[in-house]
Amino acid sequence: MMTALLIALGGFLGAIARYVLSTWMNQKSTTGFPIGTLCVNLVGSFLLGILVGNGMTSGVYSFLGVGFMGAFTTFSTFKLENIHLHEKKMHTVLFPYLAFSYIGGIVLAFIGMLAGAL
Amino acid sequence: MTYLLVGIGGILGSLLRYYLGVFTHSWWAYSFPLGTLITNLMGCFILGWFTYRMIKMNVFPSAVLAGIGTGFVGSFTTFSTFSVETVTLIKNDTSLLAFLYVALSLFGGLLMSWSGYRVGDRSANKLKKKGEQLL
Repeated sequence: MMTALLIALGGFLGAIARYVLSTWMNQKSTTGFPIGTLCVNLVGSFLLGILVGNGMTSGVYSFLGVGFMGAFTTFSTFKLENIHLHEKKMHTVLFPYLAFSYIGGIVLAFIGMLAGAL
Repeated sequence: MTYLLVGIGGILGSLLRYYLGVFTHSWWAYSFPLGTLITNLMGCFILGWFTYRMIKMNVFPSAVLAGIGTGFVGSFTTFSTFSVETVTLIKNDTSLLAFLYVALSLFGGLLMSWSGYRVGDRSANKLKKKGEQLL
C-alpha cells in the first residue's frame, strides 16, 4: 500500500514535470526536432542511473525511480514522434533523433550508474 | 486544469506500469526485461491509436486529451528504465540480450506506433463518413 502511494505521488509529479518541460522546449524548437522529449528522456536516464548505481532503498526508489523518473521519461511519445517525422519525410531530423535518444540514453544511464556508485 | 489531468494520468499510468511489471515477474524468471518491453510496445500502439482516433474525432477538450495521451500513456511507458536495463544487461556480460532488447524496442516500438496510427486513422475516417451520411 505504501509502495503504491509513493509510486502514485512520483508519477503525478513526474508526468506534470515532463508536460511542462517538454511542451515549453518543443515550442522553442524551430527545426521540428522534438528537443523537449529528447531532453526529458536523457536527463531521466542519467538520474535513474544515479539512483540505481547508488543502490537506493525501496521506498525512495519507488517514489523517485519507479514513480517520478518512470513517468518523467516516455517511450510512447518518442515513438509517435518518430512516426510523425517519417510521415512528414523529415528523415534528416528522424535519424539524429533516434541516434541521440538511444545512444545518449544508454551512455548517460551508464555514467549515472558509475556516478551513483561513487 | 490540464496540469491536474496530466498528473492524474501520471498516477494511473505509473501504477499500471508497476503492477504489470510485478505480474510479469511472477511468471518470467529470466534476466531479459520482458515487463518493460511489453509495457513500452503496448503503450506505443495505444498512443498511436488514441492520437489519431480521438484528436481527429475532435470531441474531447484538449485538457482531457493531454491527460490521457501525455499523462496516462506517456507515464505508462518509460525510457529511463529501458536505458538502465540495457546498461545492466551489458554489465552482466549478456551483451547479446542487450542488443536484442534495444533492437526489439527500436523496431517493435516503431511498428506498434505505426500500426496504432493506421488503425486509429482508418476507424476515425470510417466514423466521419458515417456521420456525414447521417447528416
